[in-house]
Amino acid sequence: MKKKWLLGILILVLGLLLVACGGDTASDEEPAAEADTPAAETTEDEAVADSAESETMDDETMDDEAMMDGDYPDIEPVRIALVMPSTTTDLAWSQSMYDSLKQLQDHYGADNFEIAFTENMFNVTDAAAAIRDYAESGYNLVIAHGAQYGTSLFEIAPDFPETSFAWGTTTNTGEEEGVTNVFAYEPRAEQGGYVQGVLAAHMTEAGIIGLVGPVDAGDAKLHVDGFTAGVRDTDPDIQMNISFTGSFGDTALAAEAANTHLQAGADVLTGSSQQVVGAIGVANEAKVPWLGIQADQSPAGEDVVVSTILYDWVPTLLEMITSNQAGEYGGRVLQLTLANHGQVFLYDEDLPADAVEAALAAEQGIIDGTIEIVADPRN
Amino acid sequence: MNGELTTIAIILGIIHQGIRLATPYLFAALGETFSQRSGVLNLGVEGIMLMGAFFSFYVASETGNLWLALLAAIIIGVLMGLFMAVVSITFQAEQGISGIGLYLFGLGMSSLLFKTMIGSVTGITGFSELQFCVTDSFCLADIPVLGEIFFSHSILTYGAFLLVPISVWLLKRTTWGLKVRSVGQNPEAADSVGVSVNRARYAAVILGSALAGIAGASLSISLLNVFQENMINGIGFIAVALVYFGGWSPVGVMFGALLFSTISALQLWGQVLGLNISSNISVMLPYILTIVALAIPFRRAAQPAALTKPFSRGEN
Repeated sequence: MKKKWLLGILILVLGLLLVACGGDTASDEEPAAEADTPAAETTEDEAVADSAESETMDDETMDDEAMMDGDYPDIEPVRIALVMPSTTTDLAWSQSMYDSLKQLQDHYGADNFEIAFTENMFNVTDAAAAIRDYAESGYNLVIAHGAQYGTSLFEIAPDFPETSFAWGTTTNTGEEEGVTNVFAYEPRAEQGGYVQGVLAAHMTEAGIIGLVGPVDAGDAKLHVDGFTAGVRDTDPDIQMNISFTGSFGDTALAAEAANTHLQAGADVLTGSSQQVVGAIGVANEAKVPWLGIQADQSPAGEDVVVSTILYDWVPTLLEMITSNQAGEYGGRVLQLTLANHGQVFLYDEDLPADAVEAALAAEQGIIDGTIEIVADPRN
Repeated sequence: MNGELTTIAIILGIIHQGIRLATPYLFAALGETFSQRSGVLNLGVEGIMLMGAFFSFYVASETGNLWLALLAAIIIGVLMGLFMAVVSITFQAEQGISGIGLYLFGLGMSSLLFKTMIGSVTGITGFSELQFCVTDSFCLADIPVLGEIFFSHSILTYGAFLLVPISVWLLKRTTWGLKVRSVGQNPEAADSVGVSVNRARYAAVILGSALAGIAGASLSISLLNVFQENMINGIGFIAVALVYFGGWSPVGVMFGALLFSTISALQLWGQVLGLNISSNISVMLPYILTIVALAIPFRRAAQPAALTKPFSRGEN
């Protein structure tokens, strides 16, 4: 009997090794992410490079950070590790962070800017082991890219006082626990969501919009809240149909959720998390416009993905790197907002002009502070 | 809210979606039924589905030929089934562990291949929903109620449901089925009357794995038309549970799959219609129901007596 168990365990180990390989190999062979292009579309005009200002920027107002050439500060060689719940190709949360890291690596060169990453760490215990490994191997900044990693991070961080750690979506840097080397980051997803809600409200002819969400919490909740508020403020008669699948990776159910919205009469669809590629497939088949968030999802449906709220982590990452190299290892909350270009909008050129105009006005209103986003309570 | 939606349209929508969503569960669970009836618990279904989904997607996007893509899924299913059979039948490894190993192999391998061979998520044109047009202007899919429910599915969905009577026939009416059932129930007795226990188990596991490969393909080239890492997201494991749920009978498995998928569709509609149920509760519904059904004791009577027990002549 012993032999059988051994054989079984051997196969299990082989399997595990292969799962681990998935990440490592890709880090070397991954073609360079297209740098710069995503940020360019809407931010060119506002990008007034001013290096003096960017040095003194505080948490809330990381201004003028549209990454044109010359905007990048000089940095010492840095090693960054990323632990993520999904994969570098998820077209969503994890990929947005990875793409920004690659963009920085393309600028600074692989010798000065080393990236290591571990994928599919939805399991917190495994993630904690990976985080500790990276810290022990001397990485300067270890990013735990998920709201579920906080507890582990606060246990590990004190053992490595000269390593910076970061996690999000959160505003908790562990200050109350006496932790000083953890950055917290938070995309203000309700801002981008609001603008997209305005856009969607101008696009729908049926007066029904469908949203495919993962779970009603965290980043996704903020996005839904903002989106719904944007639709309501534009036209309160528009019907917002929202469904959550209860998962981030249930591609099949997300597709069915999109089907449900279409049958219920929706003619504009949106949603967040990596599972929406299933929903985009449905939108593609039905030729119904899709509004994306986090990463550029147009590869999954070129003709139907008409707008994207791109999460651009470059300003946030640079902020953490320069802080770390100045001897400040954590303790701050960094936000991705429209104002600091942490969220960048991509609009398809075929979109109706009045809809884009309204969306751009909403962007400006949020940046100026003239628009206040008030969410309605949901069940 | 949603004033123009009639009750009948909603019910039709739920049934239609329930049937469509049952497709991958049905292929995988029917395949697992064969495997388990022969005495082999194959927990690697999820991994085989991932590989089937990847290879069919890859072949479809390279050649545009969906039948070739389906064949690729079957071939990879057969190969992985053969591997599972060698490990768990010939080498008699503990089935639960080798199954999980096979799952992790499929997960890692499909991710690795996806990254090196495709690189980013793209869409393809997969099997479309058939319309059964009799003449240019009349299609069976246009028949009110019945047409909408029964005549507008992808060919793989029909295949999955057609497989139910075929499975019953194979298991109950053929000599091969009798052998499979006997080696799962009492391998010593089967062996004593000259049935090759291992050969019957090899066949059942390989057939089951081929069906798991098709189950993966039904997602990547028919229902979703996209491949994403880890896209099966537990369907393979639910399929294993559905075999227990269905009491190891193909018809029971079909009802289990339909119940699960219909409740999934129902909860999606519940949310869209704005019923006052928290989304957290409604997404739990299908799983709660599965657990409840699994707990009903009389179903256990049908469990193959030799399930998970390797056979070696004279040793036991």
